[in-house]
Amino acid sequence: MATVTLGSDERAWRRFSPAQRTGRFVVYFALVAAVVASLRTIEVIPEFLYDAPEQVADLFGRMWPIAWEHYPRGVHDALLETIHIASLGTLLALLLATPVGILAANRLVPSRPLNWLARLILVASRSVNSLVWALIFVGIFGPGPLAGTLAIAFRSIGFVGKLVGEALDETQPGPIEALRAAGSPWLSVLSFGYWPQIKPAFWSIALFRFDINVRESAVLGLVGAGGIGMALDAALNLFQWDRVALILVALFVVVVAAEVGVTQVRKRVL
Amino acid sequence: MKLAVPYAFPKSRGAHLAFALLAVYVVYAAAQMGVSWERVGAGIDHGSRFLGRMFPPNFTRSELLWKGLAESMQIAVLASALGIVLALPFGLLGARNLMPAWISWPARLVVVLARSFHPVVVAIVFVKAVGFGALAGILALTVASIGFIGKLFTEAIEEVSIKQVEAIRATGAPFASVLAFGVLPQVFARFIGFATYQLDSNLRNSTMVGIVGAGGIGGTLFAAFQRFDYDFVSAILISLIALIMAGELFATAVRRIFIDNATLSELFRPGTRAASAPRLEDD
Amino acid sequence: MTDALTIRSLSKEYVAGKPVLQGIDVTVAATGITTIIGPSGTGKSTLIRCINQLVEPTAGQILFEGRDLARVRGVELRHARRQIGMVFQEYNLVERLTVMENLLCGRLGYVSPMRAWRRKFPPEDIARAQSLLATVGLAGFANQRADALSGGQRQRVGIARAVMQQPRLLLADEPTSSLDPKTSVEIMQLLADVARSHRIPVLINMHDVALARRFADRILGMSGGRIVFDGAPDRLSDEILRQIYGGEDWLH
Repeated sequence: MATVTLGSDERAWRRFSPAQRTGRFVVYFALVAAVVASLRTIEVIPEFLYDAPEQVADLFGRMWPIAWEHYPRGVHDALLETIHIASLGTLLALLLATPVGILAANRLVPSRPLNWLARLILVASRSVNSLVWALIFVGIFGPGPLAGTLAIAFRSIGFVGKLVGEALDETQPGPIEALRAAGSPWLSVLSFGYWPQIKPAFWSIALFRFDINVRESAVLGLVGAGGIGMALDAALNLFQWDRVALILVALFVVVVAAEVGVTQVRKRVL
Repeated sequence: MKLAVPYAFPKSRGAHLAFALLAVYVVYAAAQMGVSWERVGAGIDHGSRFLGRMFPPNFTRSELLWKGLAESMQIAVLASALGIVLALPFGLLGARNLMPAWISWPARLVVVLARSFHPVVVAIVFVKAVGFGALAGILALTVASIGFIGKLFTEAIEEVSIKQVEAIRATGAPFASVLAFGVLPQVFARFIGFATYQLDSNLRNSTMVGIVGAGGIGGTLFAAFQRFDYDFVSAILISLIALIMAGELFATAVRRIFIDNATLSELFRPGTRAASAPRLEDD
Repeated sequence: MTDALTIRSLSKEYVAGKPVLQGIDVTVAATGITTIIGPSGTGKSTLIRCINQLVEPTAGQILFEGRDLARVRGVELRHARRQIGMVFQEYNLVERLTVMENLLCGRLGYVSPMRAWRRKFPPEDIARAQSLLATVGLAGFANQRADALSGGQRQRVGIARAVMQQPRLLLADEPTSSLDPKTSVEIMQLLADVARSHRIPVLINMHDVALARRFADRILGMSGGRIVFDGAPDRLSDEILRQIYGGEDWLH
């Protein structure tokens, strides 16, 4: 039975030890300081702020009526392209992220430098926004859906890899131990010991990321990486707000449809 | 002599069919998008030249770089603060186990709407409304935060164990105390998890809203791309990654202090894993 | 010996036309352990929970300390509840809080929300909590998180929390059903000690007949929503048990 010293006076009781309280105080202080510092240095132009309601009203006025007739020619194909970008990007990410995720898991790959390298790759992938990845790939491969797919893929590697790594860490050591004790080679331990345990989590992660990627793919076109974003960019540049409204509605519908689809698949399969 | 071994691992017809369909889809979609080996090959060639121009990274324009990063941090901090403050009431009101339907449904609707649009799209609208600059970015990411935190907070409240609440009620505690001792301890850990996650997420997104003019390093990055200053681009990217890693370290520290009740010295001790990093990541 | 609790014509219907409790009439004396036994679904738990209105009675009266517990609302209900301690089958501790904090939850009916939130409880409460911890055999556990404890330890905390209220009545809803036989006996012993040292009536709902016989001063047997047996443990014959529970196999 662990005895905890509570202080000499039995009637005094504190919820946290002094060391714990210090830590909490430091965090509170840092957060408040950050907010105050940000408030003081942010540049806000008051005229723009006062103008805002008028601008918003103007915006909604220009968005209505929504340009429905534009859909078949301008929007439909781009929407499909967006979905393709999201799907292929997610699949590619699964392919690429799995080895990296395995490398990052110390239980499978007991080499600290490799773990670190893999973790670095995952962090870098997550830190760079999909839009920025799109910029990079548009620079390399030129504008179009190829750049978009690669951007989605590379961005998702960090997400999928990190969650797969966590799933691997949370597997039961028992079966793994048993397989090792029987003398299984590393690859067999992976496919018979780890894979069955993380299978549901893996597909769950994949579906989850696909759902997010549909949203992400939609805006990549703003920098030229294909999909509905390019139609959006064109409409924005020409200030065709009614078309912008159409695209936003179409986007909303697609995103909701994807979420519903993913939920259904989850219910049936997972 | 070969024994007739019964097949121990029956092939799952459903899974095989699913994989086959997937393969067909991949080929179809790739063809639709005009992906061909030549393009990929040309791209790789182009890419190596591209990468060559990115190195060595050019940090000479440090003032510009720092200004952009600082603005991104400000956007992230203020959007998170404002987002959390606004999300908590909406999240609480949306909890079906605490609130009647005529309150919970509108609250949930607000949260769903906030989630539906990509932060960049929301940023575009705010740029039109309040002009270029950080304010548009802050407002856009606040909306995104409300969508994320509001949803997770509602879920956390709806998943509390009602037994613990019942026990507190049975002691004759007033409603506020029932909330404070029965409900809040159960949701607190998860709240810290996704609040810190949202802070990180806003930091990442704040680097992006600049591309549409809503402030932060994104604008600087976009301009550098357009001027083909690829070495400056790589400098910005490296700084970005460093900034976000620092943000994740801070978030982990906050989680360990508030969820695991770690002390400052324990933070620096390696080995002990951090508690709940949230399982639900949104980007 | 005055009666502490008087229940008159208590009935409860979760679904109209299907009463779970049918016209319960019973008085509980001011001291001693009363156990309620009976098959599952017969309304034992409902009866106990009607007393502190965790379940709202459909009809009848529950008279305690000059109040009708079936009728009180609002502030009066809270005041009534803080006089009644409850021990739960699944302990119902707040898992993320420490043992000490869980004990202090017993005082939430007496401390304002603001002070409770800031953990500013009166020093007498803290001292009482410390000594209670020692009484239930958990001295030194004050700063442990509740979810780090075993089942038996958690139930001790649960009992201590209820006693912290300085209650005039202690209710226990299947307090030993989630515990192993040895721990069950320890917990029942603890409840008996509390009943004796604090001189309050203890009403326990349980399905372990042997345990009930051993510790109870009085046994109430329920069947089909009614009380079919009311008397001392030695009067509880096998015949009566068969009537209450039906079937023979389980008796031997």
